[in-house]
Order: sequence, then C-alpha cells, then structure tokens
Amino acid sequence: MTVKTGDVTPLLSFRGVTKRFGPLTANDAISLDLKAGEVLALLGENGAGKTTLMNILFGHYMADEGAILIDGNPLPRGSTDAAIHAGIGMVHQHFTLAENLTVLENITLGTEPLFSWRRNIRAAREKISSMAVEFGLDADPDKLVGELSVGERQRVEILKALYRDARILILDEPTAVLTPQESDSLFQTLKKLTARGLAVIFISHKLNEILSHTDRVVVLRRGKVAGTVKTSDADRAGLARMMVGEEVKRPTAEAMEPGAPVVRLAAVSCKAGSEAQSLKSVSLEIRAHEIVGLAGVAGNGQRTLASLLSGLAVADSGDVEILGAPGTDDPTALVARGVARIPEDRHATGVVGEMPLWENIISEERRSAEIARAGIVIDKGRALERTRNLIKEFDIRCEGPEAETRLLSGGNMQKLILARVLSRGPRFILANQPVRGLDEGAIAYVQRRLLEARKEGAGILLISEDLDELFALSDRIAVMYHGHLSPARPASELTVGEVGLMMSGQGAEAA
Amino acid sequence: MIGDLLEILLTAGFWAATIRIVSPLILGTLGELICERAGVLNLGIEGIMTMGAMAGWMWVYQGGDLWGGIVFAAFIGALFGMFHAGFTVYLGLSQHVTGIGITLFASSLSYYVFRMLLPTATTPPKITPFQPFAVPVLSDIPVIGEALFTQTPLTYLALLSVPAVWYVLERTPLGLAVRMAGENPVAVESQGIDVLVVRTGAVMVGSAFMAIGGAFITMSAFDAFYFGMINGRGWICVALVIFASWRPGKALLGALLFAGLDALQVRAQQLAGAQIPYQFFLMAPYLLSIAAMVVMARRARYPKALLVPFRRGDRV
Repeated sequence: MTVKTGDVTPLLSFRGVTKRFGPLTANDAISLDLKAGEVLALLGENGAGKTTLMNILFGHYMADEGAILIDGNPLPRGSTDAAIHAGIGMVHQHFTLAENLTVLENITLGTEPLFSWRRNIRAAREKISSMAVEFGLDADPDKLVGELSVGERQRVEILKALYRDARILILDEPTAVLTPQESDSLFQTLKKLTARGLAVIFISHKLNEILSHTDRVVVLRRGKVAGTVKTSDADRAGLARMMVGEEVKRPTAEAMEPGAPVVRLAAVSCKAGSEAQSLKSVSLEIRAHEIVGLAGVAGNGQRTLASLLSGLAVADSGDVEILGAPGTDDPTALVARGVARIPEDRHATGVVGEMPLWENIISEERRSAEIARAGIVIDKGRALERTRNLIKEFDIRCEGPEAETRLLSGGNMQKLILARVLSRGPRFILANQPVRGLDEGAIAYVQRRLLEARKEGAGILLISEDLDELFALSDRIAVMYHGHLSPARPASELTVGEVGLMMSGQGAEAA
Repeated sequence: MIGDLLEILLTAGFWAATIRIVSPLILGTLGELICERAGVLNLGIEGIMTMGAMAGWMWVYQGGDLWGGIVFAAFIGALFGMFHAGFTVYLGLSQHVTGIGITLFASSLSYYVFRMLLPTATTPPKITPFQPFAVPVLSDIPVIGEALFTQTPLTYLALLSVPAVWYVLERTPLGLAVRMAGENPVAVESQGIDVLVVRTGAVMVGSAFMAIGGAFITMSAFDAFYFGMINGRGWICVALVIFASWRPGKALLGALLFAGLDALQVRAQQLAGAQIPYQFFLMAPYLLSIAAMVVMARRARYPKALLVPFRRGDRV
C-alpha cells in the first residue's frame, strides 16, 4: 500500500467505457480518473449506472467499448481475478458473504493456491486481527457470518478487500443499511485508509454524506457523466440539479374542497399478530379530493389497517365501508370497486420480479374486457400495447414491456405500480410508504402523481414515516400508536413537534 | 424375540455384514455430498452407480485387473458427472430434470452395453472379485476384528474416504472454495475464483465416488452384473446426505444405521419366519430410515445456494 505522492499517472482511469443491456445503455462513454488517497463520490439516481460501472471495474461485467487503466496499464476485461490482483476491492451493496461459513473462511477464500494440502489458518487469524486493530474493523474471525449484524458484515467485506491488499476500495451504497453510529465509524475507518494512500470510490445518493466525507464528486445521469466537481466547491442544490438534470422541487398540495366520503371506518377493531398491531376501535373518514396522512412509528397497526382496506383482512367488530359497500376479504372485489393499492414492500407484494413488465401491468385486470377475450384468453398484443403506452406515459426506464420486472430500479418499479393502478382512475388510493427508498427525482414524481389523482377526485390514505412528506401532502393528519388512531385533524392546525409526540404515545389525543 | 434380536447385535457376523452393506452406501453418499456442497443436486446418482457397477465389472471381465476396473469405473463416473455439470452448471438447466435424465440414460446405457458385449450370456458371467484381506494383529480382536478388519480392500477405501473427504472440505483451500460455491457463488466469483470450474470439478469428483460405490457391488459384494442390482441405493444416498446435514461424519453414521437395519432384517426374517411375512422385514429399514430422516432433517442446515444456478455477467 505504498504510493508515491505527486504521481502524474492516475491510479485508475476509465476511458470511454460503454455497457449496454439490450436496448438500454447503462454506461455511455464514461471517462474518469481516480488518484491515490482520495475519496471519490459516485453520485447518481437509482438506475443512473453507478453500480454497473463498478461491476465492470471489478470484472463482473464486460464493457462493450472502452478501456480501464490501472497505473496506466490496461486492466483485462471481465476478470475478477485480474481486478483483485490489480488491487481493486469491492464491497457490494448486497454482501457477497456465505452465512454458514466463518468470518475467517469468508475472508481467506481465494487467497491461497487451491491445491495445497492445508489452509494456513493461524497466519490468517493473525493477519486479520492485526488489520482489525489497525483500521478499527473489529470482527471475530471464528464467528459464523450468519450471526453477525449488518454493520459487522460490512466490516468483514472491507477486511476481505484489505486482506488482499486492495489499493482501490469500491463501496456501493455502504450506508444504506447502517445506523447513523455505524456510518460514523465507517467514515472514521475510511479516513485511516486514505491516510495510507488507499483510494476509495464511494457510491451514494445521499447528498449530506457526500458533502461531508468525500474529496471529489462525479455525477452520473442516465449512464453519462453529468459533471465532476471538487466537494469543497459543491453545494447541495447544485449536486441535486446535476443528478436529476433539472431543479427538483417536491410538489405542494393546492387547497381543494373535499367531496363525498370514499372510506368510512366506525369503531373498527381487528386482531393482528401482536398487541401493538391490533386495531382498537378505530374511526376514520376519507373523502374524495382529500389526502389523509397517517403518521406513526412502524409496527403500531398501520399494516393491519392497510390489510383491512385492501381486502386482506376483515374487521372483528365495527363498521367498514369502502366505496359505498361493506369491507370484504376479496381483494379483487375491491379493485373492481375502484380501490388502488400501492403496497409497502414493492418487491414482496407489489410486483412479481420474475415476470415481465406487461404481465405485472395487467395483473389486476387480467379478466377485463380490454385485456382478455371473453374474459378467458389474454390478448397479448393489446396487453403489450397498453404496457408500451404506460411505459411512455409514466416514464418507466426499462428495456421494454417484455423485460423482467426485477431488473427495474426502485423508482421505476414504483412507477410501474403507479401506472398499473392510476391508469384505471381509482376513487380510493391506499398509498403505503409510497416513496420509501426512492431518490429525489422519483419521490417528486410519485408525489406529483398522487396529487394529480387527488385533483381528479380520488380519496387517498397516505401512510408514511416521513413527517415532512405528510405535512407537505396531507389535508388532514391522524396518528397511530399501539393500534389506537387519533382523530384526523387539518394539517395546518398541527405542528411536526406535536405529531412527533403523539407518535411516541404522548400528547393528549394519542389514546 | 427381543432377546434374540439383541443377541444378533452381539455377533461378529452381523457387524461384518453391516460394514459390507455400508461400503457402497458411504461412497455414494460422499459423492452426492460433494456435489451438493458445491451447490449441485445430482440425481444422476442411481444411474451413475449402475454405470460404475457395469464398467468396473466389464473391465475385469475383459481381462483387466481389479484396481484398473475401479479406476475405469471412476473415470466413467466422472464423465457422466461432466455431462450433468455441463447441463446444470454451464447451461443452468433444472438440476432435478437433468439428474433424472442422467439416471435413465446411464442405467439403460449400461444394460445396453452389457448386452452388446455379451449378447449370448444366459447365466450371468462371473469374475473373481476383491477378496477379504485380514489386517494383521487388528483382525485378531474379538468381534470388532472380524467385523472391521477382515473386509475387502474396497471397504477399507470406503471407510477411509470419510475422513479424507472431511479433511479436504474443511481444511484445504479447495474445500473452502467448494463449500463457498454451494453457499454463495457470487462470493466465490468476487474473490477471483471461477465458480463454474469449481462446481464442475466437484460434480465430476462426486460422480466418480458414486461410480466406485456402484463398482463395489459387482466387484466386492458380488461377482456378477445383474439388471436392477443397484436397486434404489442411489436414492438412499440422496436421503442420507440430508440425514447427515451435509457432513461426512454424520453421513457415515446414517449409512451405518441404515446398513445395520438392513443386516438385522435379514436375520430377523429367519427368527420370525412363520409368524410375520418376510416383506415386512424388507420394508423395515426404509420405514425406520424415513422416521430418522424426519427427526434429523428438520435441523439440517442445507447449503444456501443448492439448486441455484450461477450465470456470469448476469444482471443481479
């Protein structure tokens, strides 16, 4: 890890690297340099091509065009082994660890010739513990990885790279899974590493982190380099503009007269898995042209309420009325009435990742006259046509209607779900954490769509943990705590502080 | 009755039979275990064992020597392992379907080759199989000596391969790569090792073990090749791997349990002869094995990437 300072040849350079997946160009002629001892931020929205670029560097993918130079020498393409020997280490966003094996086994794999009579476990253990002390990367070598916390696993991943004498460390969204304390300790480790001349490529879309912990920022947008700035010269608004391509403004709601009720709950109780999740005599009214925000710490009954309103559960007592008819345990019937469901977990309950876009688009109306002939045979031509139109209308970036849905980025997957439910003019929308995990551009898009639906007459229940979002969009806000729901009050009469107190069970109306 | 059964358990003959029955099972089970630790289910085992039984026997019948036959059987096994790996590892096809296909193909092919080379044989032709070899000194120990140390060399090979496979898997870099390939192939890839090569190698070596297990039956337990003589032993091995929770030591334990029950039932048949139909005893080891499986398999920690194909450069 000795590096000459003042070297003119950059440690690493990308020269016109291009990578295509079918018709989608993930990286378009990308060129950039990395110097020893610097932390380079790779900033961009989901799907901008950051991870693809790093996967090319690490040899997981083969670039279609362009070259990568290490110390001025070309790096063989598509070989992880060559990348490791050139001193590149990568901490993947989804860790590449084997849970049933020990920390030491995970770290030492591939470091010894495969055909030797025994593994030198003692030497490995010594090297790991000395590195652990040196860089503040504490990890018990004999523990199974499956027993470690997420933060500990990340340390193991970093140790894995350092164990192989990495000079360039790639961190793909490292803080996405960490608590604030764990993030701080990660940044301290990075400082120790760069002090020794190690170069770090830090992928993120969190502007705060980038501004306070990196030296230089390269912004990617739609697969191209949108700009390169020194972090000391950068500011939040400028980076955000470069990342999205325009000024990102989250939309605000315009005043509107509410219409007739679309959902009415009167003294509804419903048992759920835990006491805190069970609804206790909940009353709520949602009217047309109205967004009711539901605040609360996760696990206080929001999921139970969402199940009730999407036909996945029925109340034990009390009255449920959804779009003029009683609650039901038949989700299809609710969809037919005009209920739109934006589920909390896109991947688990929103889409079927292995199925193509078009099948996910028509999944709620597969028997409608428009899609199915005589309600039995799916007209694939029409379904594809419809999907193509929606891809255009909702700006879903993808390879096409036949692409597998799991390949979409988070924001595009959410747009797919919006396209599915909003294109049918719903009268009640259950939006459960609709912007969780999305980047700025996608957040603004989803919120704008919800406000448009409100304007067209839908009543919306917006479940969110983000108070800023709730206050920006909601006409009225109710707070859920331990299965109790406070009366919904106009957002203008509440403050963030008040709602925060109610979320923790204090405040007058929580009970 | 119970007393008679217990008495059987104390005879050297019973234990010697158990060890004899366990040999092909342990070889097959280790073979399957190696494949599965690398993440590839190999249901070709039944056919590969049949092929090994035929190939090894035929080598000797055509004038080759016994150990040459074992090497030949192993080679043929590895060849079928390469087929299996080609389809499942490189092309990522269904491991279940490919494996059953290999079993059907390899079984039929071995009968076909047997008939082709010996078209006129009516009574099954015989070879001179491996002879029991009494280990000096050790074979003089009462009961244990006769049971453990007057077996054929192939049995010693089978028993010694248990610690050998354990050592390679747990203590060598190669074994670590194999285990990692079965747990998280991306981790192997991102440490610069070719997952496909590791998996293919494991499947080939595992299949060679299976074929030697098959050859044991025609070259050590018997002296001839019959149709259907593997008789489901391959499937037993697949179950034993799960029973063993993918550990070689436990695999030996499971195989011993099954073999012991099998040896016991033969003797119990003679005891109970008139009162209970003998089919009941034939069934008993399988029934008890299923019961043991149910108990053990619930705690099994299976390789995380078993059955999951790995494709390089795929978008993840």
